[in-house]
Amino acid sequence: MAWETVIGLEIHSQLNTKSKIFSGASTEFGAEPNTQACAVDLGLPGVLPVLNKEVVNMALRFGLAVNAKINQHSIFARKNYFYPDLPKGYQISQFEIPIVGKGAIDISTEEGGVKMVGITRAHLEEDAGKSIHDLYEDHSAIDFNRAGTPLLEIVSEPDMRSAKEAVTYAKKIHALVQYIGICDGNMQEGSFRCDANVSIRKKGSKKLGTRAELKNINSFKFLEKAINIEIERQQDILEDGGEVVQETRLYDAVKNETRSMRTKEEANDYRYFPDPDLLPVDIEDEMLTEIKNSLPELPTEKKNRFISEIGLSDYDAENLTAQKSLADYYEAMLNDGAEAKLSANWVMGELSAALNKNQIDVQDSPISARELSELVKRISDDTISGKIAKDVFKAMWKGNGRVDDIIESQGLKQMTDVAAIEDIIDGIIANNIEQVEQFKAGNTKLLGYFVGQVMKATQGKANPKQVNKILNDKLS
Amino acid sequence: MHTLSVAELSKSLKNKEFSSVELTQHYLDRINRSDLNAFITVTDELALSQARAADAKLANGSGSVLTGIPFAHKDIFCTKGVKTSAGSKILDPFISPYDATLSHKLNIENMVMLGKTNMDEFAMGSSNENSFYGPVKNPWNKKMVPGGSSGGSAAAVAGRLSPFATGTDTGGSIRQPSSLCGITGIKPTYGRVSRYGMIAYASSLDQAGPMTQTAEDAALVLNAIAGFDEKDSTSALRDVPDYTKSLRDSIKGLKIGIPKEFFSDGLDSSVEKVITESMKEFEAMGAELQQISLPNSAYAIPTYYIIAPCECSSNLSRLDGVRYGYRCKDPKDLNDLYLRSRSEGFGDEVKRRIMIGTYALSAGYYDAYYLKAQKVRQLISEDFKKAFQNVDIIMGPVSPTTAFELGAIKDPVSMYLADIYTLSANLAGLPGMSIPAGFSNNLPVGLQMIGNYWSEEVLLNAAHQFQTQTDWHSVLPENI
Repeated sequence: MAWETVIGLEIHSQLNTKSKIFSGASTEFGAEPNTQACAVDLGLPGVLPVLNKEVVNMALRFGLAVNAKINQHSIFARKNYFYPDLPKGYQISQFEIPIVGKGAIDISTEEGGVKMVGITRAHLEEDAGKSIHDLYEDHSAIDFNRAGTPLLEIVSEPDMRSAKEAVTYAKKIHALVQYIGICDGNMQEGSFRCDANVSIRKKGSKKLGTRAELKNINSFKFLEKAINIEIERQQDILEDGGEVVQETRLYDAVKNETRSMRTKEEANDYRYFPDPDLLPVDIEDEMLTEIKNSLPELPTEKKNRFISEIGLSDYDAENLTAQKSLADYYEAMLNDGAEAKLSANWVMGELSAALNKNQIDVQDSPISARELSELVKRISDDTISGKIAKDVFKAMWKGNGRVDDIIESQGLKQMTDVAAIEDIIDGIIANNIEQVEQFKAGNTKLLGYFVGQVMKATQGKANPKQVNKILNDKLS
Repeated sequence: MHTLSVAELSKSLKNKEFSSVELTQHYLDRINRSDLNAFITVTDELALSQARAADAKLANGSGSVLTGIPFAHKDIFCTKGVKTSAGSKILDPFISPYDATLSHKLNIENMVMLGKTNMDEFAMGSSNENSFYGPVKNPWNKKMVPGGSSGGSAAAVAGRLSPFATGTDTGGSIRQPSSLCGITGIKPTYGRVSRYGMIAYASSLDQAGPMTQTAEDAALVLNAIAGFDEKDSTSALRDVPDYTKSLRDSIKGLKIGIPKEFFSDGLDSSVEKVITESMKEFEAMGAELQQISLPNSAYAIPTYYIIAPCECSSNLSRLDGVRYGYRCKDPKDLNDLYLRSRSEGFGDEVKRRIMIGTYALSAGYYDAYYLKAQKVRQLISEDFKKAFQNVDIIMGPVSPTTAFELGAIKDPVSMYLADIYTLSANLAGLPGMSIPAGFSNNLPVGLQMIGNYWSEEVLLNAAHQFQTQTDWHSVLPENI
């Protein structure tokens, strides 16, 4: 039977404010446990929350970036449930009226098209603390440093139809929140977390199937795996005549499986109601205009500009703008005067490969944008060939100095002396009479052989363009 | 010296008739001899050290009008380094690591905290019988309740164990015990006094205020505690007038509205008589009386007993035995820890309200209860809005009866009726006051005054003028 997959994502994006959403405590990651939790974060008797205005600003930046309806009057609500790392016994969140209403974002499809994914809402809420179960043998520990960290929960419509599509959407949101400077996007530290609602239905059916909510996914790779494994699980159930149960399932990356955490029956009744300790959030028109004007160029805009102004392909432009830090790096190279297309090839080629191999973020690259642009310039001005440039890049990566110093000290400068190249070519022609005759008889493929010989003789330093031209002249 | 008001004590301290240490010791001695059970904690040492600091200030002339004045602090306000129990077993082990804004404000005046007063657990009750620390006795008759929830504060002031006390009022908890103990108490407009550090019962209704011997004292204390607090988003960013300034103004032409709904069948006829007599006093001072109607006030009790339990069911969730407060012995697992810590830690009335609130907020019931109650609350506010287009102040009884016997009211719903006339002011967020207006069977009767938003000056002015013409407020219980 043909099945259709339906996926919606709930993304928790940690807003990178200095202090917490309702207290003055720091949000810095990695501090000693419970050193960044004040009376408010600990939920002591009598304490009250005070809204950090910066989070409103950030939520609005996101809302405007996805062309969403902004609710200029939104309210905070209490989500009531008991858990040891939830200090107050309720989480302050938004329920009926979130600050960001319906919006949408375009993603590229595998077929090369564009698809619009709806955003249902985005609301502000506080994070809980962290339960630690493996520190002590006989009891659990709690670190409240994270309690009260601001989150923007971004809820999508069930618009995705495959795990790949879901990943593309998640990556797009991941890029966007970094572009607009509201989240550092660090998935390892939990700054960007995805929960996936997955269901399947018979192809052609309009009715949604029963969904499972997948939690505990901390990378895009696992997002794809978790969804695919869940689709398989649901198909097996349905094809065996069973029924999918609405439940929350935990993804186990080690075993690559999902496990039931709680079913709908076990789910909490959160008893949402407006938080009487906080005033409604009212937003003036002027504030919206101000924020709109302050938004930077967004990924889609940047991509379109790369295509229309620089002439990059859709593919290149998409890749270069997928990550703000990469786009920033690339644009810094252009500002340094490096040639656009060549720079694009180097950023996506050698640089990205080296970064991936060493698992380094582009902002921590040992080769700066300025240094790479110097290398690209040396290719453009024929000082070195692209092939030699790869060796120079390796030397730069190892920290062996700047471009020109490496070229100079290792004698990598390209041979551009026509007479010297002609001498070498004459010698090669003289030593390969048989091949010359074959070439003249029409086997033009042999040009590559001659080029190879020249490069071998010059240790790759001859200018390939010149070599080609002289060879063609002499052999014709 | 314990019969002097705050205003009088302030003058005496300034004139060096006695020191703050002497005054403090005098009150501490009185507290130690007292059998009213008005205090949960007596902070002798802290009080004397604060008194010494106050004396130093007074000696160099840098003290304020409140410097060196002792007071009793309702045990609902967090006080750094001092047990803050809210009258509950679940917070019996809790020593607050921080000061409530109100505590802080009194500290910076160099006032002297004698101790923390007894109260109904988490401010839920009208008789002070719901305290983990046992009931408080009414100084006028020790067989009687002092009212609640600020029963310890009311008894401490009436019994002259403290010149004044702090209180909180969610549904009448300052006014009703003030009425039953014959003292002056004011619940300011919601948002006038910061709630930061005041243990929350029902956040949208809770408001702190002074419980004093006179309206003048209430004005002096309110001057010190009112004002915006950046730690409380619901506190009002609004100037605080000097409440003592208008006390002496004439109330000639003051329009007093008397709601007919406040003189319903349940009102004790002897109480009604006292209220009617006090109205005549106001008339004699030149005020104009007119009957008004607050038709929706009949729904105040059901409305309040939805909204307050809903909020408290959530506010009290933090008392889970995990981080502080009472924890049950040897919990088997997490659920057992929650279940037993809370079952053993909370008293019956608190549990009752948590259950009511949890039920009313549940999926499927929310609209019918919580939302409906909020709508009725709006209607109750509208009634007042309309009334205040024609009158300056609304007056009536505080409570339908005088103090009743300890243990006399067993049925919770009958107990709820004690607040029938006070709840509406909380639901509307209006300022309300209770002043001594006479006696019935040797028990005090309080007159309630409700003002428009931010009109504390009008209430205090009317109260002060009444107190210049009557001496109900200075009559002392026997053996004081």
